[in-house]
Amino acid sequence: MPPVRIRERGRARKGTMKTLLKRLFKLYPAQLIVSLICLVFNVFGNLSSSVFVSLATNALTQAGKDSFNPFVDVYPISSTFGFTIYSNVSYLLIILGSIYLVGILASWTWNRTMAIVTQKFMNDFRKAMFSHMEDLPIKYFDTHAHGSIMSLYTNDIDTIRQFISQALPSLIQTGLVSIFVFFIMLSTSVWMTLVVVVGFIIMVGVVKGLGGKSSKYFIKQQAALGQVEGSIEESIKGLKVIKVFTHEQKSAEEFDTLNEELRDYATTANIHGNVMMPVMGNIGNFLYILCGLMGAFIYVFGWKNLSFSGYEPIKGDPARFAGMIALFLMMSRMFANNVNQFSQQIIFIVMGMAGASRCLELMDEKAEKDEGYVYLCNIKYNEDGSFEETDEHTRNYAWKYRHKDGTIEYRELKGDIVLDKVDFSYDGKRLVLEDVSIYAHPGQKIAFVGATGAGKTTITNLINRFYDIADGKIRYDGININKIKKADLRRSLGIVLQDTNLFSGTVMENIRYGRLDATDEECIEAAKIANAHDFISRLPEGYDTMLSGDGSNLSQGQRQLLSIARAAVADAPVMILDEATSSIDTRTERLVQKGTDQLMEGRTVFVIAHRLSTVQNSDAIMVLDHGHIIERGTHDDLIKQKGVYYNLYTGAFELE
Amino acid sequence: MLKKIKLILKSVREYKKYALITPLFMIGEAAMECAMPFIMGLFVDEIKLLNNSGDFFHTSDGSIPVFYLALMLLGMAIISLLCGIFGGIYASKASVGMAANLRSDLYKKLTNFSFENIDKFSTSSLVTRMTTDINNVQMAFQMMIRIVIRAPLMLIFSAVMTFVGGGMMGFIFVGLIPIVAFGLLLIIRHAMKLFMSIFKRYDKLNESIQENVSGIRVVKSYVREDFEKEKFAKASDAITTDFVKAEKIVALNNPLMNTAIHVSNILIIGLGSLLIYKSGHFETKIDPATGHIVGDWVGGQLTLGQLSALITYGIQILMSLMMISMIMVMIAMSIESIKRISEVLEEEPTIVNPPVSLNNVVNGDVDFNNVSFKYKKNAERNALNNIDIHIKSGQFIGILGSTGSGKTSVINLISRLYDVSEGEVLVAGHNVKEYDLETLRDNVAVVLQKNFLFSGTIESNLKWGNLNASEEDMWKACRIAQAEEIVKAKPEGLQSKVEQGGANFSGGQKQRLCIARAILKNPKIMILDDSTSAVDTKTDRLIRRGLKNDLPEMTKIVIAQRISSIEDADQIIILDNGHVDAIGTHEELLKNNHIYQEVYYTQNRVGGDK
Repeated sequence: MPPVRIRERGRARKGTMKTLLKRLFKLYPAQLIVSLICLVFNVFGNLSSSVFVSLATNALTQAGKDSFNPFVDVYPISSTFGFTIYSNVSYLLIILGSIYLVGILASWTWNRTMAIVTQKFMNDFRKAMFSHMEDLPIKYFDTHAHGSIMSLYTNDIDTIRQFISQALPSLIQTGLVSIFVFFIMLSTSVWMTLVVVVGFIIMVGVVKGLGGKSSKYFIKQQAALGQVEGSIEESIKGLKVIKVFTHEQKSAEEFDTLNEELRDYATTANIHGNVMMPVMGNIGNFLYILCGLMGAFIYVFGWKNLSFSGYEPIKGDPARFAGMIALFLMMSRMFANNVNQFSQQIIFIVMGMAGASRCLELMDEKAEKDEGYVYLCNIKYNEDGSFEETDEHTRNYAWKYRHKDGTIEYRELKGDIVLDKVDFSYDGKRLVLEDVSIYAHPGQKIAFVGATGAGKTTITNLINRFYDIADGKIRYDGININKIKKADLRRSLGIVLQDTNLFSGTVMENIRYGRLDATDEECIEAAKIANAHDFISRLPEGYDTMLSGDGSNLSQGQRQLLSIARAAVADAPVMILDEATSSIDTRTERLVQKGTDQLMEGRTVFVIAHRLSTVQNSDAIMVLDHGHIIERGTHDDLIKQKGVYYNLYTGAFELE
Repeated sequence: MLKKIKLILKSVREYKKYALITPLFMIGEAAMECAMPFIMGLFVDEIKLLNNSGDFFHTSDGSIPVFYLALMLLGMAIISLLCGIFGGIYASKASVGMAANLRSDLYKKLTNFSFENIDKFSTSSLVTRMTTDINNVQMAFQMMIRIVIRAPLMLIFSAVMTFVGGGMMGFIFVGLIPIVAFGLLLIIRHAMKLFMSIFKRYDKLNESIQENVSGIRVVKSYVREDFEKEKFAKASDAITTDFVKAEKIVALNNPLMNTAIHVSNILIIGLGSLLIYKSGHFETKIDPATGHIVGDWVGGQLTLGQLSALITYGIQILMSLMMISMIMVMIAMSIESIKRISEVLEEEPTIVNPPVSLNNVVNGDVDFNNVSFKYKKNAERNALNNIDIHIKSGQFIGILGSTGSGKTSVINLISRLYDVSEGEVLVAGHNVKEYDLETLRDNVAVVLQKNFLFSGTIESNLKWGNLNASEEDMWKACRIAQAEEIVKAKPEGLQSKVEQGGANFSGGQKQRLCIARAILKNPKIMILDDSTSAVDTKTDRLIRRGLKNDLPEMTKIVIAQRISSIEDADQIIILDNGHVDAIGTHEELLKNNHIYQEVYYTQNRVGGDK
């Protein structure tokens, strides 16, 4: 097997944000635009509060000054940008109320829309990812740690959800508020705004400094967590050994060392995160005081104010000044709060981008290619010996060529498989198989024997094109397997593996996995062939017993029997058994073998087995060593040769 | 539930002081945060009174001058900053420390479990409990000590301040708070219920992904890609429909808060203006310097400065409500985790030391007197039925039987990895339940079917057998177990590295090292549970000979699939379906036991020339 890469959980690659947003926008353009517009209204509504408080204050002061009734009369309440506003408190309230109403509706609309869009997008993304994953070549799964692949679904996708549903709106909202607030601040006083800008720069520095450290320790924390997880897993798996050797105390001490390390990093990472908010919040407070004093200086010392609205405080007009300073200070607070809020989202953005780039990496992996044009079909024989294609499941098959000129040619499937001088390498450098030639004639049983890593499983991986050969040819009934549609090639090969992977569902469903249109009776028949019927009947709910967590409620041997039943129901014309009975004891194996022998009568079979008794009755046994076939022949031939096989058989050598 | 929370809180231990001090800092921060808008209001009021005097340090009416207000604010900001920082630090120490303790406690608990206990939990579920679940508890705990006290305090402070600064205006919030709280509660309750059920299904979905990842060869072999895609899409769609339903409810949260803030603002501005206008009067004068008419509302129940302060308090009140609702969600989420963690903590080890125990195993006699055993109390079928076996010290015993016949169950009872359901197991004439567990297990060495070496070195693994073993002892044990060559072949000898799970050794090598490890214990009884299956027959024979010659006093019990491994045993026990089918020597059994005959002829079929 090629070496497994364990993904480093590092930073996001460039362009991730763009790709993600593009994908999002392409799927839901209308919803996003509506949400954005509503968000603008929402923010606008929220910001109106301060402006209207200031306007109402002005209105009250003017009313007092000129003896108007602020609730009934209409009078000039304020003048900015050279305009004089005629209104009163009642009108202001009505206008504000209307703005609020729109704001609330807008808030409801965008929140709801984004919630739906997020979920639908995540669903779409999840499905696309899964679907693409299913199309990836086996090589991908062999070279990526399964834990890392799973983590895409369990962790990374969730960070994308957080990014879209929380960080993104917050980002836009903060941006909008900042622009609005900045504008209002500038229209009041450029000098005071400068104070805020300086404060903003400091805040950015703090976010960078604290945030940077925080993420550094966060990464260390994750690494320590990984170690702790590994240690827990090792201990649980080896717990029986711990018990048997009364090693409880010692292993707890060892665990505590790792646990302490994790605690250290986690505390530091956590402190950095916790401290961010008070620091940012109080920088806002300092800014507030500074701006207040700055305003007072402008006012008291008659400094020249500079503002977009042309506002100039008049010494001796406290009310006018009060309106300005109150508004400005409120704005500066709002600004600081916003930056603070945004700083809380940064971690989500960073994590979201890192997660997204890992997911996108999977989506960018090249899917398995299939350029085959020879199909597999069921046939039935006519009385004269000729055959024709049929939709029924007949146990007889033919290869169907569809030539370019539209003509169709059939070739009966016989199960003749030839490997002709095959070379293969997983990594393109080291040959795992070299010059391997095998001739399996229809109905023969071919066995592979050899040490782990000798290349037994690799051969079967090549026959069903999990991997493609580097050199040489593999022919199936004389057809180069590259020309056969992959799906059809694999359908013609029944494979039982040592690792018996079952799926959540009933026992019946798991057997039926072999052939989806099999009836209950056919499934039970297959279970009987595999000698699984007995133990299935003893399960609490028989064939309807739910298997969960990869069938962990069954023993390894029972699971192997089920996977044999699954292959039996598939009833493929050629069988590959890769250590299929390794966890079944010799007695049961004999019973199973009786069943499979009957099933495989007249069909080609490839067998890999550790236990030599399993392969004795093969038509040919190939002894593999380091990618070469070093001995071949029947059991009797090989025993006579007194070579490697003989030594293995008599127990003089051990298989390693 | 309360009991479970208490159980988990026991792990706070040395971090208790931090856990207690954190809320104090949070109270300080909250107090400052609430007082500041009030002082800020005064600050603004004073700034605008600077009109005539221009004096930052004195006021005419005895109120606090601008400069001192600024200093006060500065001081409060600093206090708030410090409180915030220390609160953050101590909260981290307390919550992370508590989580570390909890993890350590769980680990210790785990190692004290009997096999029966362990069989209840799957590996992945235990790992999840010790990582994700503890993490959830850590976050909830941190939230508790930081915000559970702070948020309600903020709420109360702010509410009080609205009365202090705004008089009757405070009643606006008295009316508003319960309405908002009720709304939030409704949202949380509805959404949480949905989420809980969705999360469970979401886990199931991930489980099916896991099956696809690890079973991809099966999927592809049977060309089931499209079938799996369809199945997945269906499940994913169904979850999404429910997610949308739940999220729609959650999406009411923001509008609700917006509405509350907006309504309170309108009421404050409207009623506030009315109050100022009705209860106060406007004082005007002509500024002598500029000739402008200036003035302010005075003498009323509310000033203009207070009006804007009220708005700030309003936002603070609603923010703290929001926070409280967030905590409630967090806690609700962590409840599942708490349940799962306490499930492990509450699990009582089923096998514990007897109060008065024997500390010496005198010989290697083993007797099974009419023993029956089942793995679970409510299991229908017994794993073992009426087992009667009598083994004399020093004997070599072989056990043979098919999968599920009960071989491993038998030997598990000897070292008391499980307790019998009926009958008794005696070691050296005493019931195993009378022995101190450590004594018993030190004298009954088991080499398990699933060989397991731990990451470290060969030496560190061998020393599991005997912590004080000398190098000589180790070499001797290796020699008996035929592992000497393996160690010698490694350049670093006994110091050679062992990877996690012993991945850098072959099956046969691991088995031999595991046997050496067991020999180092110098036990009275040694059990080999199919532990030479990957060893060639010649080495297998040498190991047996070594055990026989070098450790003649030791009782040897060997479970094997290969007849050759046990054919020279003093007694061979044939197990079938939980019963003893026959006991005898090789010759006897070969003559009259059909199971033995069947196995023998299977293994020696065709040119078997032994």
